[in-house]
Amino acid sequence: MRILRLISLVLLLGSSALAQSKYGVGSTPGKEEIRAWDISISPTGAELPPGRGTSKEGARVYVTKGCAACHGATAKGGPAPTLLKAEAKPNGTPWDLGRVLPIRSPYATTVWDYINRAMPLNREGTLTPDEVYALTAYLLNINGVIPEDAVMDAQSLPKVRMPNREAWAPLPDWKPGMPRFAGYPY
Amino acid sequence: MESKQPNRRRFLKGSAALVGLAAVGSASAQTPAAAPAPAAFIKGSEEQIAYGQRSRFETSVRTSHGGRKSPDAFGLVMHVATPLQDSVGVITPSALHYVATTRGAFIPDIDPKEHRLMIHGMVDRPLTFTMEDLKRLPSVTRLHFVECAANRPSATAKTIQDSHGMTSCAEWTGVLLSTLLKEAGVQSGSSWIVAEGSEEVKGASSIPMEKAMNDCIVAYGMNGEAVRPQQGYPLRLLVPGFEGIFNVKWLRRIKAVDQYYMTYNDFGHLRQEPENAALGYQIGPKSVITFPCVGKQLPGKGFYEISGLAWSGGGAIRRVEVSTNGGRSWTDAEIRGTAQRMAHTRFSLTWNWDGTETALLSRCTDEMGKIQPTRAQVAEFFKVPLVPTYRAPGQDNTIQTWKIASDGSVHNAYS
Ligand code: HEC
Repeated sequence: MRILRLISLVLLLGSSALAQSKYGVGSTPGKEEIRAWDISISPTGAELPPGRGTSKEGARVYVTKGCAACHGATAKGGPAPTLLKAEAKPNGTPWDLGRVLPIRSPYATTVWDYINRAMPLNREGTLTPDEVYALTAYLLNINGVIPEDAVMDAQSLPKVRMPNREAWAPLPDWKPGMPRFAGYPY
Repeated sequence: MESKQPNRRRFLKGSAALVGLAAVGSASAQTPAAAPAPAAFIKGSEEQIAYGQRSRFETSVRTSHGGRKSPDAFGLVMHVATPLQDSVGVITPSALHYVATTRGAFIPDIDPKEHRLMIHGMVDRPLTFTMEDLKRLPSVTRLHFVECAANRPSATAKTIQDSHGMTSCAEWTGVLLSTLLKEAGVQSGSSWIVAEGSEEVKGASSIPMEKAMNDCIVAYGMNGEAVRPQQGYPLRLLVPGFEGIFNVKWLRRIKAVDQYYMTYNDFGHLRQEPENAALGYQIGPKSVITFPCVGKQLPGKGFYEISGLAWSGGGAIRRVEVSTNGGRSWTDAEIRGTAQRMAHTRFSLTWNWDGTETALLSRCTDEMGKIQPTRAQVAEFFKVPLVPTYRAPGQDNTIQTWKIASDGSVHNAYS
């Protein structure tokens, strides 16, 4: 009996240490709530919703959703930043193509994520997943990353080979007290 | 303006005259000088009593930085610099704290009663906190600077606000992020967090879990009151010593993840060269003389207190040296107050200017023993020629030189 009680006490302590917070403050969000809030798209595309779109469809959405008004009809020359790459240099690197999201980002998922969370400016969050796939396909196509007939969806988008996939310097593996740059005295 | 207490003033003047008479003991014809008294008074108003304003004679203001006006044609706020030329002490007044956003943002107008912070992802217990919840948890209050990558000495800087105004320091109060992450129970294998704001672009940054668990603060307090809207009201992240963009404002979500997420902010932070990537991350030891600085005019030779600020992402400032002869010799400056970790530290040095042309420099050393370099030292380290347009890689922590002309005018030595 005593042993049993001891065992249950140990079990209780053990499980409470695992499954309980120290302060018990805050509430538990539901699965649906988390899904609605979670707009981060990782390079693997794990969070991408169902849907699909092509560049042709994207070209239409680009006009109907007002992107053209700010970014220009040809994705340049508007009051908002250009969405078109710069001219390549002979023997150049992807970095010569400009600080333009749909060409410089190592992953096409960043383009989807950003359009979905941030555009169109002033009417963010009004695009359907299909429209975001189509716009992403359009911007990738006019920058020469994917062919016009490529279908972008949760499977194909993370597989898009961006020109800058490898040409960027990863960040240091930060640890407290670590020098900023090996061998650098400053 | 009329004095509000004419009878009292007249009485005071009269009694001063009496005292004068008694002291000198003769009926001198000279009228004794009246003690200085304010010529005007600030009219008492409900607003002035409820929330005080600075004097109308103090006109120091923030300015747009980096060639893009804030607010711009869309109403977006991008880069706004603090007037370091007028700074005293180590705290930047909240109203003058520099502002930067993810490539331009509208400042959200958030009702704190509606605001939530969600912690989810690779955690045992996803949690949502109201502002009220957060204020129940153990808090910390710490001084920390924030500095933007755009902050660098340059030939075109006409003011210290242009060259150094994208750093500020405030007293921040909030909950350690580690407290919240422990409450949620971070799972093994989670190596990064993605922190996200609530502005229209929902600026988000990937931050190493090591840093998140180390010293990051989820802050609701700033300089003794609520964080200001331009600084992230009602809740922001402080990532002490890391480049400004990591310090996510209007913080609403933290996701524990197992990889670098390549958010839009992360993308904007990409660099081609490893040294640029590494040195644009944690900020190095940096200092600048705020008096005298470019644009000031010394009235003549004689005594001055040279004063400035030093800070480092690597911890506390251990030492500041000042040169009053263009870098030929250095003298230890005095550190005013206690140097705090990842915080502006005020230093000063007494100086007797002989009226001849010279140059003033400061350099600091942090607790890691790292020393603020000259531009020449950085160029030499990377084996590149030091041309006037040379840009030190990453966050530029090089020494700023101010030239003192013989007429007492102060200039940017790089112009
Ligand atoms: C009201 C003007 C406006 C509209 C409409 C608009 N944008 Fe934007 N867009 C901007 C501005 C301004 C920026 C720069 C970021 C910022 O300041 O917030 C931007 C940035 C972007 C970027 C990132 C560019 C880069 O390289 O960093 C992309 C991609 C983009 N917009 C796509 C779109 C798409 C697709 C649409 C239509 C659904 C759209 N935008 C509609 C104003 C607008």
